[in-house]
Amino acid sequence: MHIKVLYFARIKEAINYSSEDVNLPDDVESITALKHWLAQRGEVWANLFSGQLVVRAAINHNLVDDLATFDDGDEVAFFPPVTGG
Amino acid sequence: MVKVQTEDFDVGMVLAAMRHGNPSIGAMVSFVGLVRDLNDNASVTTLTLEHYPDMTEKSLQAIVDQAKHRWELLDVVVIHRVGTLKPTDQIVLVVVTSAHRQAAFLACEFVMDYLKTQAPFWKKETSPQGAHWVEAKTSDDEAQARWTQ
Repeated sequence: MHIKVLYFARIKEAINYSSEDVNLPDDVESITALKHWLAQRGEVWANLFSGQLVVRAAINHNLVDDLATFDDGDEVAFFPPVTGG
Repeated sequence: MVKVQTEDFDVGMVLAAMRHGNPSIGAMVSFVGLVRDLNDNASVTTLTLEHYPDMTEKSLQAIVDQAKHRWELLDVVVIHRVGTLKPTDQIVLVVVTSAHRQAAFLACEFVMDYLKTQAPFWKKETSPQGAHWVEAKTSDDEAQARWTQ
């Protein structure tokens, strides 16, 4: 499955880019599984996505919890808890 | 109306435009959030707001729709700035109009509490000691949670 992944704020700064198109294995279809998959990429990714940091997610511009699943072509975003206002 | 913009806004002009030709408005409540010079005991030189452009206005509109569903409101305006700001600058404006004051007071606070915890904005502060991302506050989560009790 192909999806687009976006990163914001301190997550974007840590990995040094803001978006990518990824091709996922068949068993990666939830936010939890995607975080786990990203955390395998190396130390920086493990620090961000293996659970020490609170990372919120959105699928197609809607806030979701980690159990949410996505489909081919979806846009998934990862970001820290929001601090606007 | 919800809007995300880099430019400043004129509260007086927004309020005047909202009441113009609308004699059914009996109450108008507005909130303006400002950049403070001190946060967590560090002096703030600049505050930069990042957001998720494709999601931000949609998320603000969803919050406004919830407020309109919950109270009898005539209109709601939310303007939120992004980019780099400095102490005393305006960050956000929420204006709610209704026939009577109670709905307008409550809805204005509801919109701000939800905006603080759900709208995709992130603040980065610069001080003489360097730059850092502002941490989310549990008090903001608690403020939002009381509306669901």
